[in-house]
Amino acid sequence: MIELIEVSKRFTLHNKGGAVIPVMEGASLKVVPGECVALTGASGAGKSTMMRVIYGNFLAASGQVLVDGLDVAKAEPQEILALRRETLGYVSQFLRVVPRVPTLEVVAEPLLALGCDRQEALGKAAGLLSRLNIPERLWLLSPTTFSGGEQQRVNIARGFAHDYPVMLLDEPTAALDTQNRETVLTLIEEAKARGAAIVGIFHDIEARERVCDREINVSDFNQEVAE
Amino acid sequence: MTPLLQVKGIGKRYGAQIGCADVSFDLYPGEVMGIVGESGSGKSTLLNCLAGHLAPDAGQVIFDTRADGPEDTVNMSEPERRMLRRTDWAFVHQNARDGLRMSVSAGGNIGERLMAVGDRHYGAIRDRAIDWLGRVEISETRVDDRPTTFSGGMQQRLQIARNLVTSPRLVFMDEPTGGLDVSVQARLLDLLRGLVRELGLSAIIVTHDLAVARLLAHRLMVMKEGHMIEAGLTDQVLDDPQHAYTQLLVSSVLQV
Repeated sequence: MIELIEVSKRFTLHNKGGAVIPVMEGASLKVVPGECVALTGASGAGKSTMMRVIYGNFLAASGQVLVDGLDVAKAEPQEILALRRETLGYVSQFLRVVPRVPTLEVVAEPLLALGCDRQEALGKAAGLLSRLNIPERLWLLSPTTFSGGEQQRVNIARGFAHDYPVMLLDEPTAALDTQNRETVLTLIEEAKARGAAIVGIFHDIEARERVCDREINVSDFNQEVAE
Repeated sequence: MTPLLQVKGIGKRYGAQIGCADVSFDLYPGEVMGIVGESGSGKSTLLNCLAGHLAPDAGQVIFDTRADGPEDTVNMSEPERRMLRRTDWAFVHQNARDGLRMSVSAGGNIGERLMAVGDRHYGAIRDRAIDWLGRVEISETRVDDRPTTFSGGMQQRLQIARNLVTSPRLVFMDEPTGGLDVSVQARLLDLLRGLVRELGLSAIIVTHDLAVARLLAHRLMVMKEGHMIEAGLTDQVLDDPQHAYTQLLVSSVLQV
């Protein structure tokens, strides 16, 4: 479902005299349906960069980034938007929403964008929010006023609202208490069971060992960079 | 899928000055395109050329009309273009006063557009006006009040209702949230997003606010000195800008 072939990524900082910062060189990766692969490496090694290259908000300098057959590195914006709507989900570390929109709607939005029936979408959103222990009295409030942990759980609920065949998870269990962490790990296991291909960053080693089938150390893709 | 709008090599000069030059892009149904850049970069000139308010010196603006399919609106007769502006197109001005008739009631402002396309039944027009006031969160009790008695945010919402009542397929917006305080801005953003999704609208939004662009636009185009210097997926342009000017623009904002 995900295949990276000889992907490189560098940043050119035009306002710093055109300094070029190479981050990734010759990165290759393959993830099949039902598999969860963990990206590891020290902070700054390029884990999040690799996730963003797959999601398409970072442009790869060279190579192919195939997600469900579409080369994200070269696809038209319309194709990437359709891919993100239907196939490719991303749970980032930060919740970014239009202020004033109720939490329930924020979570249901990916389903509404797919043209799902409104009641059905809100029902599924409510189910996820309950599982993640967001009290019902908060559902009609905007998550912008929530605590960090609550926002993160809303973000996870939103990311799991639609059954994406491909998922990117950026530290989904960080800052969660034991019970919520357990719920998130169960959600990931359920996604794998239905055949989702997952790439994730987990600093939580136990969580990583439980849900991930293998690890890729992204430092391997920036050896030249370090020297 | 046929693009709703195909812009090909649009250019406009003001004497020796370049307004905008050689701008091309396609817009598909349901898509929101943001145009960003500093003031004087040619954003509004471009928008006005696309919407038929200004005659471009070069290029084509091909719109997929309901009746006859794709047609170049630059070479259309003025009556044809006027009809488009009343039906399939809508234009939301930065200053609501430019888009409203200040001496006519709120209901009249909305009803006027319906009458312009041939609606004659007073009761039906009034009902639709009230329905639209509700959608933009203006109380029904204000239907007979003039917009001069409305706050800035309400005027802007009324302008949006007036524009959308005829179910246009393409909406041009020039800084729709400019000059409004943040809470009103948030409310308007929420409203616009909902309308785009529910009505399947396409929109071209000129803004200098990158946070607004991120929340509303699927795609982004960056302009500088009349030229399109970068274009792409909104989060790609904002998270990984390629052009020197876009990098400067993005790094100059407080957290988007």
